[in-house]
Amino acid sequence: MTNDNAFLSVRDLRVHFPTDDGLVKSVDGLSFDLERGKTLGIVGESGSGKSVTSLSIMGLHKGGSARISGEVLLDGQELVSSSSEEVRLLRGKRMAMIFQDPLSAMHPYYTVGHQIIEAYRVHNNVSKAVAKKHAIEMLDRVGIPQPDKRVDAYPHQFSGGMRQRAMIAMALSCDPDLLIADEPTTALDVTVQAQILDLIRDLQSEFNSAVIIITHDLGVVAELADHIQVMYAGRAIEYGTAEDIFDRPQHPYTWGLLGSMPRIDRERTERLIPIKGTPPSLINVPKGCAFNPRCNYAHLNGGASETERPELLDSGAGHMVACHLSPQERQKAWETDIKPKL
Amino acid sequence: MPGTVITYIVRRLIAAIGLLIIVSAITFSIFYLVPRWAGASPETLANRYVGRAATEETVKLTAERLGLYDPIAVQYWNWAKGVVVGAEYDYGAGVERCPAPCLGYSFITKQPVWPELLDRIPVTLSLAAGASILWLVFGVAIGVLSALRRGSIFDRAAMTVALAGVSLPIFFTGLISLAFFSYRLGWTKPGGTFVPLTDNPVLWAQALILPWITLAFLFSAQYARLTRAGMLETMNEDFIRTARAKGLKERNVVVQHGLRGALTPILTIFGLDVGLLLGGAVLTEKTFSLPGLGKYAVDGIVANDLPKILGVTLVAAVFIVLANLIVDLLYAVVDPRVRAK
Repeated sequence: MTNDNAFLSVRDLRVHFPTDDGLVKSVDGLSFDLERGKTLGIVGESGSGKSVTSLSIMGLHKGGSARISGEVLLDGQELVSSSSEEVRLLRGKRMAMIFQDPLSAMHPYYTVGHQIIEAYRVHNNVSKAVAKKHAIEMLDRVGIPQPDKRVDAYPHQFSGGMRQRAMIAMALSCDPDLLIADEPTTALDVTVQAQILDLIRDLQSEFNSAVIIITHDLGVVAELADHIQVMYAGRAIEYGTAEDIFDRPQHPYTWGLLGSMPRIDRERTERLIPIKGTPPSLINVPKGCAFNPRCNYAHLNGGASETERPELLDSGAGHMVACHLSPQERQKAWETDIKPKL
Repeated sequence: MPGTVITYIVRRLIAAIGLLIIVSAITFSIFYLVPRWAGASPETLANRYVGRAATEETVKLTAERLGLYDPIAVQYWNWAKGVVVGAEYDYGAGVERCPAPCLGYSFITKQPVWPELLDRIPVTLSLAAGASILWLVFGVAIGVLSALRRGSIFDRAAMTVALAGVSLPIFFTGLISLAFFSYRLGWTKPGGTFVPLTDNPVLWAQALILPWITLAFLFSAQYARLTRAGMLETMNEDFIRTARAKGLKERNVVVQHGLRGALTPILTIFGLDVGLLLGGAVLTEKTFSLPGLGKYAVDGIVANDLPKILGVTLVAAVFIVLANLIVDLLYAVVDPRVRAK
C-alpha cells in the first residue's frame, strides 16, 4: 500500500521493550500511510499497541529502554534513525499530540496561557507578549469563551471539556501538519465528547493537517475517520475506509469489536456479544494468527491459523485484512452469523 | 486577593500567639512542678538565687519576693506579664528593672535571660543559614541527578553515601571531621571561636565551615533521597510527556516541569527543618562548642536553670511557628491549587 501522496508513512515499525519477564513486543511489524487532510482511526483493545505506535512516531520512546526498528517517514524525513534532537525539533512544530486526560496532561503549577506560550516559543522566536497574543487567539479558535481572561487561569480552574480544548489549542499552536489524538474524549462527559470531536474535525479542515485518532471506541472513529486501522497484539489486522470497516468488516476480531459495541438501533432484548477470552500476552504472543485462541472460525482452515502468521493483504480496493479464512468463508460468516446479530 | 492574604496572615499570627501561650504554659508547668514532686520547696528553689551561705530568713524573704509561694497560675501569669510588659524584681537591696521582653534571670549567672539569648541567636542563625543553603543545593542537585540516572553507578554511590549520611549522628561525623580537619590538618580552629559576620566575614565563615558541612551532610543525605523519590514520581507524570511532546529541550523538561513539580514537598520540609534548627542545633553546637541557642539550652537543662530553659523554648517555638507560617504562604505561591481555597 505504498502511497506517493502520503505525508506520514510507517513501514514495518517494531517497538520492543526488554523487561525482566521477557521481550514485550508492543508493536511488531506495523505499516500504514496517511495523507494530508485525512484522518486515520486506530482502533484496538488495551495493549494492542495503539498508544505505543503514536508515541514512537512522536519520538517519545527515544532514549528509553525501547528497541525501535522500521521506518517512520514524516514528509519524507525518516525519524526512527534520526537523532533525538532532530526529532525534538519536529515535535510540537510539525507533529503534535493531545492526550487522554487533559487534567494530568497539563502542568498544575502553570497557567494554561503559559503552557501554550511555552509550546509556541519553543519553535518560534517571538517575544512573550506576541506569544501571549497568539495563545489568546488559539484559545478563541478552539471555542473558549473570554480567552483574554482564561489565558491566565490554571488548568484546575477549567472544566474537563475546556481543558481538552486548551490542550488542542496548545497542540495546534505551531500549526502542525500531523496531529495525533490519543483517546481524546475518553476522560470526558458524553455531551462534551461530541463537541471535542466536532472541534477536531473543524480544525482539521481549517489547518488541512493529517490526523490520527487513537481510540478503543468505534463510535469516535465512525464520527471522524476516513480510514480505520484495527490493531491486535501489535499488528494491523484490518485496514480500510470507514465504510469498509463498518459495512463490510472482514476480520473476525473486527466483527467482535462491532458486536460488543452498543447501538441504539439494536433490540433491547438482545445482548451485546463480548469477544471471548482476554487480550494476548505481548511476551508470548500466540503462534500463527495472534487472535486464533479467541477466534470462532480458526478451525475452518485446517490449522493454518495456529501455525502461520497471516499477512495483511488487499482483499479488494484497498481494504486490507490479515486472516487465513478465504474470502468466501468470511463472506458467508459475516452474512449469516454476524450481520443479523448486529 | 491581597486582602484575603492579609486576613489569613493575621489569623495565623493570632493562632500562633495562642500556640506560644500553650507551649510556654506547658514548659512552665513541667519545670515548676517536677522539682516540687521531687521534693523541692520554695525555699530550696530560692536558695539558688541567694547562695548556700544565706540565712533561713533571707531565703524565705527571697522566695517571697520571687513569688515562689504563689500558686502556679499566679506565677505563670507574672512570668508571662514580664514577657509582654517587663518586670521589676525587688532583691531587697533595690528594685531591678527588667524591660520587656523579660524572660527572668538565670539562677546561676544572675544575668537576665533575654540579652543572653540575643547574643546567641546570631550564632544559631549563622549556623542554620549556611548549612541550609549547602544542603538544599547539594541535596536537591544530587537527588535530581540520581533520579535521572536511576540505577547508574552515580545513583548507587550517591544513595549509599546518603544512607550513611542519614544514619550517622552529628557527634560522630562532627568529631571525625574535627579530628581530621582541625587537629590533624589544622585547616580550621577547633570550635568556640564564633566571630560575627559583620566583624569579619572570613573568620566568621572559617569558624562555621566545619559545622556547616557536618550539618549539611546529614540533611543533604535526607534531601537527596527525598528529591530523588519526588523526581522519579514527577518524571512519570503525564504533564512531562506533554512537555516533551511540545518539543521542549530535555533540560527544560527536567527543570521547569519535573523539578518544579517535585520541589513543593521539599520546600515544606525545608521550612520546617530550618525553623527547627533555629531553635537550636543542639548536637552540632555542643560538638563544635558553638555558643548558640542549642548549647545554651543544654547548659540550662544540665544546671536545672529554669529561666534559661523557658527562654530558649519560647524563642524556639517562635521560630518554628514563623517557619510554619512562611511555608504555608510559600506553598500558596508555589502551588496555585492551594491558592484557590
